[in-house]
Amino acid sequence: MTLARLAWTHLWAKPLAALLNLLLLMLGFAAISLVLLVSDQLEEGVRRDLAGIDLVVGAKGSPMQLILAGVFHLDVPPGNIALTAVDMLKQHPLVARVVPISLGDTLRGYRIVGTTPDYPALYAARLAGGREWRKPLEAILGSEVAIATGLKPGDAFVGAHGLGTGGHLHGDTPYTAVGIYQRTGTVLDRLVLTSTESVWAVHELATATDAADLKALAEEREVTMLLVSYRSPIAAASLPRWVNSHAELQAASPALETARLLRMVGIGIDVLKGFGAVLLFVAGLSVFIALYHAVRERENDLAMMRMLGAPPRRVAAMVAFEALWLATLGAILGLALGHGLTHLLGLSLKAERSVSLSGTLWSVWEWSIPALAFALALLSSALPVWRAYRLDVTRLLQAPR
Amino acid sequence: MISLRGLRFSYAGGPAFAFADVDVPQGGVLLVRGPSGSGKSTLLALLAGLLSPAAGRVCVADTDVGALPSGRRDTWRGRALGFMPQRLHLSENLSVAGNLELPFVCAGISVDTASVNDVLSRLHIADITRRKPHELSLGQAQRVALARALVRGPAVVVADEPTANLDDTNAHAVVSLLRDLSAQSRATLVLATHDPRVASQISATATIALEAHA
Repeated sequence: MTLARLAWTHLWAKPLAALLNLLLLMLGFAAISLVLLVSDQLEEGVRRDLAGIDLVVGAKGSPMQLILAGVFHLDVPPGNIALTAVDMLKQHPLVARVVPISLGDTLRGYRIVGTTPDYPALYAARLAGGREWRKPLEAILGSEVAIATGLKPGDAFVGAHGLGTGGHLHGDTPYTAVGIYQRTGTVLDRLVLTSTESVWAVHELATATDAADLKALAEEREVTMLLVSYRSPIAAASLPRWVNSHAELQAASPALETARLLRMVGIGIDVLKGFGAVLLFVAGLSVFIALYHAVRERENDLAMMRMLGAPPRRVAAMVAFEALWLATLGAILGLALGHGLTHLLGLSLKAERSVSLSGTLWSVWEWSIPALAFALALLSSALPVWRAYRLDVTRLLQAPR
Repeated sequence: MISLRGLRFSYAGGPAFAFADVDVPQGGVLLVRGPSGSGKSTLLALLAGLLSPAAGRVCVADTDVGALPSGRRDTWRGRALGFMPQRLHLSENLSVAGNLELPFVCAGISVDTASVNDVLSRLHIADITRRKPHELSLGQAQRVALARALVRGPAVVVADEPTANLDDTNAHAVVSLLRDLSAQSRATLVLATHDPRVASQISATATIALEAHA
């Protein structure tokens, strides 16, 4: 038997109290772990999804909506913009690159994005199989889409109209999957990419009643949004204003809007952090009360340890070990629960084709949890440990009163 | 083995005690008699190095206990002294075996299983090692407490009021056990008691008779 084992035996001599303390500690650490994992992965995900996009240009509406729809593919876009806007922006001296995206259809909830090869290039996407699209109605699947749908290069599929569920199928214009992208850990994994011409073809053929109608539609072609990269940082000061001066256009800065978004999400995260902190405070208080009473109840046992040759520091260490056992177990179980909850949350969001969260990743900030557990154990056991250290052993020798 | 010379002790703002000089050889028996409050516990604390003398010397197992640095007294006490308190103080959370391992844990050394088995067999309690103290009879509990005192082979065994609250039969049994096992181990036995039955049963090498403090 060792001192740690002895502390373990004493700890579980009162299983209900030990379990209650363990539960409180576990919930506190789980809340902290969940917050760290979610906030870390959200920020990292946002950073990856922004991928050098300096400005999003779309139809007049909310800038936040433009960013959510155009960068993260979480919201519906406010409308379409004329194709002429592409050329207008491309010719602007402060613009380095313009990537058009056209939205409108989905494949089993995953968005079909009409664009140019510049879009996957933003995310440094590489093909896991197949080839790039060469003509309209050829598409490349993001890694998550390929896994979820089971489609492979050579398979045909049809898109459903609209970005929500329940849209009619464009059965007359099936796509052919020609490639699958490697996993990028970005929004690209949840998208089906095709040429802008594909989106035009699908919708023009679906709505045109005759050849003249088809020609008229072709002359009024639109895109949904433009993802703009600046040639120079100076553009940040003037280009959004220049875009907004056009009656039909709206500019949105991803950096500003995501900072605003993270601030809003941050309020929720702070609430959860506070909840975790309160739980840990209560757990620490509970451990302190349990240990304080344990030392009082076991004063004679502890004095006997001194009589058997234990120096004061060894007796005190045994009490501290009890708190350390609780905190260590609480931290391990809390981390496991935190990762488990994050995984469940990730699965739930995945089912909604939303942001990607994983319980298998480790946030560097989580290293603070063992340190926090150690500090909590020391803090909550400080007074009981001091009491055990200062124990009056001669009382053991006194006759019972 | 035990030598007291001009030993005095006083509590701050409390009673002062003066103890008679005494010499007890190895294997001898020192009987400390006196009513409650006469200084028996204080003398035991001085012998155990828990208190430092105000004057005089207390030598136990060839060690001047008062001169030992405080940091070494605990180690010395664990090695040289076996202690059997009046209320036994067996740890309720540990089994009999766990209670016998406790002196080794307290000393921070690995458990000497051979020594544990030896003392279990000598005290005829090898069949109850898994039991918790509350599952023991009074006689069994006393044997376990004595086994705990003897398990590290101390030079001196101290028993504080070993017969308190016992009937004649049990009192006789526990004193016989203390005497026989201390003799087997060649340990010096210190018996602190106010029970006249102990004096009549044991042949003391030396006796310190303390009087009630005013």
